[in-house]
Amino acid sequence: MAATITIDGKTIPFTAGQTIMEAATAAGVYIPHLCHAPGFTPHGSCKLCTVKVNGRNCSACTFPAMEGQQIINDSEELRHDRRMITQMLFVEGNHYCPFCEKSGNCQLQGVAYHLSMLDSHFPHFYAHRDVDASHPDVMIDHNRCIFCTLCVRASQECDGKNVFAIAGRGINKRLVINSPTGLLKDSDLDKNDKAAQICPTGAILIKRVGYQIPIGQRLYDHQTIAEISLAREAVEHE
Amino acid sequence: MNQTIDQILAQHQHDATRLLGMLSDIQQTYRCIDDAAIEQVAQILNIPRTRVLAVVEFYNFLHRTPRGHYDILISDSITDHMLGKQAVMDYLCQRLGVKPGEVRADGVVSVDNTSCTGLCDQGPAGLINGRAMPHLTRERVDAIAELIERQVPLAAWPEEWFAIADNIHRPDLLLNEKLAAGSALRAALQRGGDATLQEIDASGLRGRGGAGFKTAMKWRFCREEPQAERYVVCNADEGEPGTFKDRVLLNRYADEVFEGMTVCGAIISAQRGFLYLRGEYAYLLPHLENVLATRRQAGLLGGNVLSTSFDFDIEIRLGAGAYICGEESALIESLEGKPGIPRNRPPYPVTHGYLGRPTVVNNVETFLAAAKIAYHGGAWFAAVGTSKSSGTKILSISGDCARPGIYEFPWGTSLRDILAACGASDVMGLQIGGPSGTFVSNHEFDRVIAFEDLATGGSFIVFDTRRDIFEIVHNFTHFFAHESCGFCTPCRVGTSLLKKQFDKIYEGHGSAGDVVELEGLGRLVKTTSHCGLGQTAANPILTTLERYPDLYDQKLKKISYEPGFDLDGSLAIARRLTQRDDAAAHLAQVED
Repeated sequence: MAATITIDGKTIPFTAGQTIMEAATAAGVYIPHLCHAPGFTPHGSCKLCTVKVNGRNCSACTFPAMEGQQIINDSEELRHDRRMITQMLFVEGNHYCPFCEKSGNCQLQGVAYHLSMLDSHFPHFYAHRDVDASHPDVMIDHNRCIFCTLCVRASQECDGKNVFAIAGRGINKRLVINSPTGLLKDSDLDKNDKAAQICPTGAILIKRVGYQIPIGQRLYDHQTIAEISLAREAVEHE
Repeated sequence: MNQTIDQILAQHQHDATRLLGMLSDIQQTYRCIDDAAIEQVAQILNIPRTRVLAVVEFYNFLHRTPRGHYDILISDSITDHMLGKQAVMDYLCQRLGVKPGEVRADGVVSVDNTSCTGLCDQGPAGLINGRAMPHLTRERVDAIAELIERQVPLAAWPEEWFAIADNIHRPDLLLNEKLAAGSALRAALQRGGDATLQEIDASGLRGRGGAGFKTAMKWRFCREEPQAERYVVCNADEGEPGTFKDRVLLNRYADEVFEGMTVCGAIISAQRGFLYLRGEYAYLLPHLENVLATRRQAGLLGGNVLSTSFDFDIEIRLGAGAYICGEESALIESLEGKPGIPRNRPPYPVTHGYLGRPTVVNNVETFLAAAKIAYHGGAWFAAVGTSKSSGTKILSISGDCARPGIYEFPWGTSLRDILAACGASDVMGLQIGGPSGTFVSNHEFDRVIAFEDLATGGSFIVFDTRRDIFEIVHNFTHFFAHESCGFCTPCRVGTSLLKKQFDKIYEGHGSAGDVVELEGLGRLVKTTSHCGLGQTAANPILTTLERYPDLYDQKLKKISYEPGFDLDGSLAIARRLTQRDDAAAHLAQVED
């Protein structure tokens, strides 16, 4: 008998060492997430993947699957909480979908649609953040950074570099570049690095490819983030 | 290359786990850690410059631009406010011609607020270049300002300005006698590891930091881990506003605390221990290093402890101003020379702690109790307290009472008895366990301190009926937003949103829906945050909303919807730009 967990009443097998997220994805169950991507050390910071494990809130991306866990993933309460967490991310930075190049390909936007988020609800912070367009091939718009650290991890774990890090504390935390000037152009980032490609929002963009795919034909324009995520990540989790 | 920085790094053996200590030394020498220093540290230690930068920006006591030659921090705890902190701060700034948060143009002096400095029984208090100054008054400020203007070195200032009192008013089991150095350790080694662990188990001792995990169980888990390298860590990052007992314990009972750590080391077979001392208590360092040196000379630390095959030594590492480092996994991160960001759990520190090795982290008071139990036996301790909470609890009592200070009570003592002992009258309510704990109203004084009722790490703040609940909650809510590490969304954004939402009501702009919104937001931050900071950050709001809903209602405007900001106030810039201030340039906020 394979070990199993139960998510929303559905029995799901898992192998030792898998997280709840990995087991769920392999079984075709979508758990919303932003800071998680298959193949990277789990981070557990965005808290979008909060699920109830035996009555207690846990991050599905970091919490190990264990025999007999009763997990709630899809409930009105969790949808509400995840929507509020997404709204927090929207008001913390400056996210203007109508003129963002990432619109339609953006995971933050995709998750917001998935959670039926209709407004930002909370008062905006209107944080003053910069744009770093110094690099010939890659630009950073710090207004759109949600501190998922995927670029930090991709640079360390895939590219064997250390281009990005998070500095600051609390609401003042910020993405910083490992270069003598702090500018992207003086770092060793290459546009083909995983770190340059992995941003779930429009914070890190490759230059000169903007709008090549028209709005309306983009990733999440015709399929939900749940469908796309499962189709892409189920393979990588295996 | 700067040679002084080279020397500092060499003094720390170029050990990157000691990055925080190196940076604190650079800060002290140059009043800042500038880009060149960051670059040099990164190069010599062979770590990314961004890692150094992340540490510099995380800790309150480290700065990228220079602070004044006299850097003054005034404690912003509610207890300091109750003793007149704001007037002292205002007068200090006026006398010195500087604003809070700023450095004076001539670079001589800088002034800022800081989170609770642990001098709640002798406030308003502050730190000047890391030295603690209790009992600040207008007269003292005058004298301080004069010495600063004459640029008299700190070493020549009157010694009595820096005298910190212990104020132990009620000693009990733990505080009423001092153990002879080595006696507990000798008893433990004679009895053997298994038998001593059984005594700790029989004592029923639970962690004194507040969470109350059974100490013997934690030690046993750690001991059973297969890895040979294990660590003992004493959490002396006493940051909870209103608590100061660990300061007194380290000042007067350091031997017992180190002895408890050594007993733990013997039981779990660790070779190294760390005392993580909060940066605010840096002035205790010389005393503590002396105690360690004496113990080494006496054969109680170092190689072959008490002529056995057991090797154990203790190193003191200093924090640098971050409340979050009191959380055990954040503390371990900080010990490793990183920003204090709590880890994901599992795994827990008992299996994957310092450098990924099995580690016991306990509170100062827990180690003190463990040393005494090792000497007297478990039954001695278990005879006191309640069935689920054995022994005593050391409380730091401050606020509106005649005799603030340290009180040791058996668990199970009622709030009424505690209030009588410290001389409090006309009490409105109490904050038990600090801002992250519970607000208790004067209808609940028959409740008792115990894990099964009011668990507490020891902070006990008394408020009499003159006090305004909103001032208290305002102070606590701002504290959490300031101290959030920023790792997870609900706490990073949520604590700032709680601050905004509470302030809206506090400043009189709240309407009916705003309390519901506040409560909902509080619940979300509490249930979805990554660690104890976020999970308790809404407690001041939630526990007072529960007890005083009508006080919140009285704060509200009567209209059903109120803008989240001051409409007229936000037009101020437009008025300045157009040089208008006539009636038509003002908007009256609609009231019915």
